[in-house]
Amino acid sequence: MSARNIFTRPARLAAIAPYGWMVLFFLVPFGFVLKLSLSQVVNAQPPYLPVFDLGAGWQVLFAAFSALSLDNFRLLLSDNLYLMAGLRSLTVAATATALLLLIGYPIAYAMARLPRRWQPLAMMLVIVPFWTSFLIRVYAWINILQHDGLLNQVLLALHIVSEPVVWLSTDTAMYIGMVYSYLPFMILPLYATLSKLDPALLEAAADLGSSPLQSFWRVTLPLSLPGVGAGALLCFIPLVGEFVIPDLLAGSDSLMIGQTLWLEFFTNRDWPVAAATAVMLLLILLLPLVIYDRFQRRQMVRS
Amino acid sequence: MSARRFAAMSRFNVASLALGLAFLYLPIVILVIYSFNGSQLVTVWGGWSLRWYTAFFNDEAMLTAAGTSLRVAAVSATLAAVLGTLAALALVRGERFKGRTLFSGMLYAPLVMPEVITGLSLLLLFVALGAERGFWTVTIAHTTLTMCFVAVIVQSRLGSIDRSLEEAAMDLGCGPVKAFVAVTLPLIAPAIAAGWMLAFTLSLDDLVIASFTTGPGSATLPIRIYSEVRLGVKPEINAICALIIGAVTLAIVTASLATKLSSRRGGNAAPM
Repeated sequence: MSARNIFTRPARLAAIAPYGWMVLFFLVPFGFVLKLSLSQVVNAQPPYLPVFDLGAGWQVLFAAFSALSLDNFRLLLSDNLYLMAGLRSLTVAATATALLLLIGYPIAYAMARLPRRWQPLAMMLVIVPFWTSFLIRVYAWINILQHDGLLNQVLLALHIVSEPVVWLSTDTAMYIGMVYSYLPFMILPLYATLSKLDPALLEAAADLGSSPLQSFWRVTLPLSLPGVGAGALLCFIPLVGEFVIPDLLAGSDSLMIGQTLWLEFFTNRDWPVAAATAVMLLLILLLPLVIYDRFQRRQMVRS
Repeated sequence: MSARRFAAMSRFNVASLALGLAFLYLPIVILVIYSFNGSQLVTVWGGWSLRWYTAFFNDEAMLTAAGTSLRVAAVSATLAAVLGTLAALALVRGERFKGRTLFSGMLYAPLVMPEVITGLSLLLLFVALGAERGFWTVTIAHTTLTMCFVAVIVQSRLGSIDRSLEEAAMDLGCGPVKAFVAVTLPLIAPAIAAGWMLAFTLSLDDLVIASFTTGPGSATLPIRIYSEVRLGVKPEINAICALIIGAVTLAIVTASLATKLSSRRGGNAAPM
């Protein structure tokens, strides 16, 4: 019997605690979200009418099922506010992901071209900002972008503009914040695939007469597509539901879906509609999440 | 000719790397510098001063929130380190078992799941269970999120370990448990430590999930900072942020030194 087999059984036993934990605190809660999204709002604490009480027997359960309502979803679909929020979330996340790719790719490429011994340092330098607080990083940009902030001071001093530009509460500020906060998530998977690229392939392309640009276009880029996919998913999915960045940096005239959920929950105290918004957000993300899951699993098989 | 072309390429590379790093670090550096600003106005430089640090250390509400945050982070990171390591062991060494797909899916999904969803769903669970919201609900919520990060980190380290080391230990008479404790655990310890630290900082940092799952009287530091930031930039917030950045930087330097030491030891063990 090899060591491999002896370790298998205890390793499976190790799964019990984390498995149970994730089922209870990750999977089951989705059931509650779904249930609440079908409930009616009432003025109480907690502010909703329970749809069904599992302890109350089948008849009650049946009655409760007939009382289930799709009202919340009807509201979401009929009110432009929610549809616009969903649409805006998707376009903002897609735009930010494209910007991240454009900015992150050259950086990851340069990292992969560094001498081997410098690469761990470069990687650490990219990761460190990710360890400092997310909120602080957004806040740092408020400092810079505010009306009499550093950016406007510099622009005025250089006579590039004649009066302060409004940066805060604009989409520009939001995109800066998004690119800034998510850049490490884009760079790291890109760097991981680019650094594994065999330089012999580029030499072969050069020997066969292709210019550096051509070999980049026809060798490097196609081979780095798995990294592009991983980075894009890693940024796009959380960006769709992003709350802090648009809330602090963008204007309040058009909201993203994460903001409407927050608003319904904390300001309007309409928990059922908040839950319905969460379900809608999950449905939007279902396809990207499935692709991401496939991706992770293939990655695991390879490693 | 081609040499010059490559030189031009590398100049482009140097430029993009330098600009990228400047973009990543400049805002943080500016924030830290302005935290020492003596002026009442955030944007006017009034000379070096520590007055905003003193202001923070006299701000009772902020200090309480910081204490809560540190306690939540310490407890949840420890729980996450244990659970995440167990999960990584199951995924790497458990081979195929029933429900494995669901298991790995549940571990990867929270890494990208929008926090508003995780926060809201956990809150609804706590309400349904009748749990009183406060320290423990936030801690459980943070553990759920951060154990996934620990699992990913430990998993990649575990996958790169040479299994013949364990086999050698067992050939020399160790049982599986002893072989694990004596050989595997020391090898993955740096990854577990790194996972703990990441879990700690993620917990310290989280605003959204904590806002949903906390109760009255247990506001965490990000919740307090957020409510202040919404009202505009304040010099005192600069000081708090600079303190957090300093603490995190110190922790990372320590951790990377520790990893270097242990990997040197691991490097000696590997060719064995």
